[in-house]
Amino acid sequence: MVNLESASDRHKAAGRLAPGTPVYLDHAATTPMLPEALAAMVAELVHTGNPSSLHNAGRRARRVVEESREQIALAFGARPSEVVFTSGGTEADNLAVKGLFWARQSGPRPRRRVLATAIEHHAVLDSVQWLGEHQNADVEWLSVDSAGLLSPEVLRAAIERDPDSVALVSVMWANNEVGAVQPITRLAEVAAEFGIPFHSDAVQAAGQLPVSLAASGATALTVTGHKIGGPVGAGALLLARGVDPVPVLHGGGQERDVRSGTLDTAAIRAFAVAVEHATARRDEHAARIGQLRDNLVDRILSIVPDAILNGPAPGEHRLPGNAHFSFPGCEGDALLMLLDAKGVACSTGSACTAGVAQPSHVLLAMGADKFRARGSLRFTFGRTSTQADVDALGTVIGEVVERARRAVRQAAPPAAASQAGPIAAAAAS
Amino acid sequence: MTALRVLAAMSGGVDSAVAAARAAEAGHEVTGVHLALSANPTSYRTGARGCCTLEDARDARRAADVIGIPFYVWDMAERFAADVVDDFVAEYARGNTPNPCLRCNEKIKFAAVLDRAVALGFDAVCTGHHARLVPVEDRESGDSAGPLAGGLTGQVRLARSADPAKDQSYVLGVLTAAQLSRAMFPLGDSTKVQVRAEAARRGLAVAEKPDSHDVCFIADGDTQGFLTSKLGASPGPIVDHDGQVVGSHQGSYGFTIGQRRGLRIGSPAADGRARYVLDIEPVSGTVRVGPPELLDVDEIVAVRPVWSGRAPSSEPMAAEVQLRAHGETFPATCWLDDGSLRIRLERPARGVARGQAAVLYDGDTVLGSGTISQTALADAALPVSARS
Repeated sequence: MVNLESASDRHKAAGRLAPGTPVYLDHAATTPMLPEALAAMVAELVHTGNPSSLHNAGRRARRVVEESREQIALAFGARPSEVVFTSGGTEADNLAVKGLFWARQSGPRPRRRVLATAIEHHAVLDSVQWLGEHQNADVEWLSVDSAGLLSPEVLRAAIERDPDSVALVSVMWANNEVGAVQPITRLAEVAAEFGIPFHSDAVQAAGQLPVSLAASGATALTVTGHKIGGPVGAGALLLARGVDPVPVLHGGGQERDVRSGTLDTAAIRAFAVAVEHATARRDEHAARIGQLRDNLVDRILSIVPDAILNGPAPGEHRLPGNAHFSFPGCEGDALLMLLDAKGVACSTGSACTAGVAQPSHVLLAMGADKFRARGSLRFTFGRTSTQADVDALGTVIGEVVERARRAVRQAAPPAAASQAGPIAAAAAS
Repeated sequence: MTALRVLAAMSGGVDSAVAAARAAEAGHEVTGVHLALSANPTSYRTGARGCCTLEDARDARRAADVIGIPFYVWDMAERFAADVVDDFVAEYARGNTPNPCLRCNEKIKFAAVLDRAVALGFDAVCTGHHARLVPVEDRESGDSAGPLAGGLTGQVRLARSADPAKDQSYVLGVLTAAQLSRAMFPLGDSTKVQVRAEAARRGLAVAEKPDSHDVCFIADGDTQGFLTSKLGASPGPIVDHDGQVVGSHQGSYGFTIGQRRGLRIGSPAADGRARYVLDIEPVSGTVRVGPPELLDVDEIVAVRPVWSGRAPSSEPMAAEVQLRAHGETFPATCWLDDGSLRIRLERPARGVARGQAAVLYDGDTVLGSGTISQTALADAALPVSARS
């Protein structure tokens, strides 16, 4: 039986990796909570009080929520009234995409076109697709270049085909798989020129890049707590004043009547603490993990010379904490399993269906073939990452890739497999 | 005992969960793998199919959690479609009656999965099959490895389960000695009742999960409907054993030799006795029916023989033959003839369908198998398929 109270688990919960503990290179999936955020959350959980209640206990909770809202607003270039708390990134993306689309359907001429890149996170991608399939939206996927970047000219051309019919544009700030950082300010500028709402999922960008609602010119930005040292379950849609999406959740009318539901005071408190720390340490943090990432890229390319770094070259167009490779002749799930067995946690980067990794829609949209899209791995860095993580990966990646290649060769057509060994020969006969 | 790196194939059922738990408890380094066999899995179990839904994948994952082993899902949908489903349809189209479980063991679990596992560094594949791998005693040392050692430690023979009602050695009879040398069947010495009790004791939620039956890839259990959707309607006559047309059908692939129900031939036979499917001729689309005694055969040709141990010489040998899953065994003399397996039964068997496996046993031990391709009754004037 697994002992859930093991020493290494306790260290991880406190955000420290004890010596000899597994190598965690999947911070883009989720990253350890900041000890300060954890302490704030635990301290707040002791208190009773619904922030919507009118009595003293309610007022106390409300004060915590509003102070948190102010901290988050300050960090992300928004006014406090522009912070709409949600349960996280997925809900904020749904609210932005569906809510803004629905809000643009009234009036003499409904606006049915939804423009989004083909490399969006599934929270945007599937919301947009759902609008197309069930709400009569005309969906147009904006194409990206081979590095995963959207040119403002591509957006402009798409809008100009019929500017008055565009309901909204959604372009993620930084891609969760390949780390491509879009020219968000220039893209938002194009949309603003035509008076079109512009949403950006900034979940991955927050904490690594300066993310500002005001400076970006975006209408709405998605951020979430658990990618920056806060808890899972608290996020926000930063929503410009005067923009009123149709709610997805109806109920008590909390959060500007846009998002009903009792606010999670403790999680919001911890989210705000994490945002504050992440913002204060952002540039130093980005430089540090950028160096680790550069080192990892050099190591992998020297050990596996034919590995392909997907996405933009390290620099201003790529998240500092992201490295994403295709390993020709390998399957991503085999690589992941072999690394997992050696204590290295990483991701194929793409979504799973019932545990089966699908070829990455991001890589396919960037023009990669199915095999390259299947044989990929993502390594992402965070606050607790160290050079020891890079070194540990460096010592095992060579043999892991070699083994995964052997498995693919083994699965080759029977004619080739018959030379692979007695069992393959028996199976092929 | 040597600790092995073991891949435990976990369907989400009770047997494979307990098998994985026993392998882990024995000290092996076990990794659980659920095989995704359908490109479009349905969410929930319906009826008695028990391995291919998202709910089954979840059950397998939870069992792995409780056992405390890593768990992954391997996508085998393409290989399964090509090697099992397409083969199933093609065999019916040829007038045969295939056994897809056997095919899955032969081509997926102990071929595609085993090959990938070995390439990725595993030593053996462990499943919840009710069958035993018994070490062939080393005369020098008298070493006995036991069911949890895997075949790697020495030569093994495949034998029937301790639970005769659940014995699955028949569907493993298609495995070669090389495949068996990488297999581990930890449940062979236990009864199903014992396995369920152990699952409950180990806190595995699948302890009470119903056994799976039927063909896992036919969601509603309607094999004939499935075949019609794949092969289209192909009407043809149903003729009596004396050649008289007594009915019609929408596709000869809907029938199995020995079948009595569902023939939909209105008038009773002249003698008033029930009629059975005697033969299926896929080219002309003719289904031949007749009285049960014409189903008796005692000569069988089985193609593509495989051997669980050493291949026999070409000399005739005595064996018992099992001709269908959970069927009785028949004493027989067997020999190899030009790459085919010839079987002469000591007493006739009734309703032997082409496409099923003929598995040879020596007592409890599986010797090998072949796929039944022709049958006949030796003292009849003509072979069955030509009797009219």
